Amino acid sequence: MKILVCVSKTPDTTTKITFNGAGTELDTNGVQYIMNPYDEWYALVRALELKEALGGTVTLINVGTDANDTVIRKGLAIGADGAVRINIDPKSAIQVASQIAAHAREENYDLVLTGKETIDYNGSEVGSMIAEYLDLPFVSYVMKLDLNGNVAHIERDIEGGAEEVEVTLPAVISAAKGLAEQRIPNMKGIMMAKSKPLKIVEPTSADDWAVVVNYTLPPAKSSVKMIAPENMDELVRLLHEEAKVI
Amino acid sequence: MVLIFADNQKGHFKKSAFEAVTYGNKIAQLLGTDTVALVLGTVNGAEELGVYGASKVYHVADASLDQFDSQVYTAVIAAAAQQLGATVVVINHSSTGKSLLGRLAVRLQAGSVAGVNTLPTVDGGFRVKKGVFSGKAIAEYEISSPVKVLSLMGNSLQPVASGTAATVETLNVTVPASKVTVKAVHRVEGTVPLPEAELVVSAGRGLKGPENWGMVEDLAAALGATTACSRPVADVGWRPHHEHVGQTGIAIRPNLYIALGISGAIQHLAGVNSSKTIVVINKDPEAPFFKAADYGVVGDVFDVIPRLTEAVKKYKHS
Ligand SMILES: Cc1cc2nc3c(=O)[nH]c(=O)nc-3n(C[C@H](O)[C@H](O)[C@H](O)COP(=O)(O)OP(=O)(O)OC[C@H]3O[C@@H](n4cnc5c(N)ncnc54)[C@H](O)[C@@H]3O)c2cc1C
Ligand SMILES: Nc1ncnc2c1ncn2[C@@H]1O[C@H](COP(=O)(O)O)[C@@H](O)[C@H]1O
Repeated sequence: MKILVCVSKTPDTTTKITFNGAGTELDTNGVQYIMNPYDEWYALVRALELKEALGGTVTLINVGTDANDTVIRKGLAIGADGAVRINIDPKSAIQVASQIAAHAREENYDLVLTGKETIDYNGSEVGSMIAEYLDLPFVSYVMKLDLNGNVAHIERDIEGGAEEVEVTLPAVISAAKGLAEQRIPNMKGIMMAKSKPLKIVEPTSADDWAVVVNYTLPPAKSSVKMIAPENMDELVRLLHEEAKVI
Repeated sequence: MVLIFADNQKGHFKKSAFEAVTYGNKIAQLLGTDTVALVLGTVNGAEELGVYGASKVYHVADASLDQFDSQVYTAVIAAAAQQLGATVVVINHSSTGKSLLGRLAVRLQAGSVAGVNTLPTVDGGFRVKKGVFSGKAIAEYEISSPVKVLSLMGNSLQPVASGTAATVETLNVTVPASKVTVKAVHRVEGTVPLPEAELVVSAGRGLKGPENWGMVEDLAAALGATTACSRPVADVGWRPHHEHVGQTGIAIRPNLYIALGISGAIQHLAGVNSSKTIVVINKDPEAPFFKAADYGVVGDVFDVIPRLTEAVKKYKHS
């Protein structure tokens, strides 16, 4: 089983978000970065479990600059065998996906795993883009993944329920909560990660059709209106007459 | 032309489809062009999409499309868009739409923006906004390609019934064979799924145990709301996982979010802070959630919830 896991770097949710004066770029001062949780906790760990059960390799891929190496090394410490970084600061999902597809096309992976979305741009696009570039099936929001030969048995999250599907590999799959349990890297993993291969690849020319031109902060909430616990009729009246939501 | 892929559930169209058609129609008006809808598989009542602004509905009736496969759907929707000469394609930001958006972008060589929630501006470039960083900021995108694909966040606008039923015309498109087999679909019947709910009643650890959820459900039933919960509540199994909202659960933006005994941790807020109106009921006046609330009640949930339920019932009967 040859598995590729796409990992990205995102600001931690607790980070305060501010932009430069012109509102064109994130102000990275003091921003705490982490590996995107869906990539780390679910996609990577399930890949490692499959490798442990069936043999094979788990390779990480990231599209980004050397500022991402810490996050990649963490993935290696958790247990991936090696990593590839495509050396470009991507401006859009399509740039990320076209670079990953260019690599994957040469390597013939059985399975390409992504997270269900990045928690910064919440796009949920990269996985399906890779699948289209490679002309492979794509199954999103996967909460359970078992392999029987080259057939994947999957349970995926849908609105208000779940869908059971089967797909023949190779395929691209996006990982959601439930797929695996988070693993914390141990000392041995961290030491070993230092000598594992991290290959830096220069980008091929990339498609780019949709880019962010500016950022703004949402309008500040007006302050909370407090209502006495005895007076629920008043709350209902406000919800009806003022907020107009019921 | 603006083409809206109107998704159906077991052959029926839901509010989200009407939202997408309404949104697409508004874009068409901005661009001075036509609005058409595309429906796939076995469907009923597709002509109703005309009421929300589709001048025509195209139908690819192949029964294999009753099962969702992103690869097959992408081939069919892209072929239809090319055949009809669509310059903007609108889909929903749903589990189906999210599996399609990126594929369609690649297939149509089109710039895409996922989860838009406002209308684009079209003077001097096509620009459209979406929430980023878990609702902590808004990003404006510019799409430079001739064709654009957008997925519309649920509950971003109200469907507007402005027209009359549309004619439904069969479209001939080759439907490729699927490599995905759908074995079973399990859906909780009878309630509005959380991502689509306009009213949500959500409870956290303050409820103390699963045996106390009766009052949460009573309040939800009185309002016609869907229930949700915080992560620890789902983790210990008091409530099913599909109710878990927040950074690691689902992100929602209902018109009304009522939080009962939830502290308002940043990871929880990440999934709910785009709600239009937030009501927080918590016994701790210092609970961080009050900072994100529109209305707050400091009190014990075990007293306040039944009282609120009674008040809602009284209002509904008046
Ligand atoms: C990486 C990460 C991801 C996370 N993702 C999520 C997520 O997606 N969703 C999520 O919800 N959490 C998430 N969390 C957890 C989050 O940080 C909080 O721990 C969690 O939201 C707290 O849940 P709670 O508010 O139900 O419980 P608590 O924080 O324990 O709060 C209970 C509240 O109930 C109040 N209360 C108690 N008794 C009563 C009473 N009788 N009447 C009225 N009020 C009462 C208390 O004052 C308190 O404010 C995540 C955490 C991490 C680290
Ligand atoms: N820069 C990147 N490098 C590698 N993988 C990425 C990158 N950005 C996104 N991904 C992968 O694509 C998934 C979905 O991202 P998104 O489409 O941005 O929501 C993530 O969970 C990652 O697995």
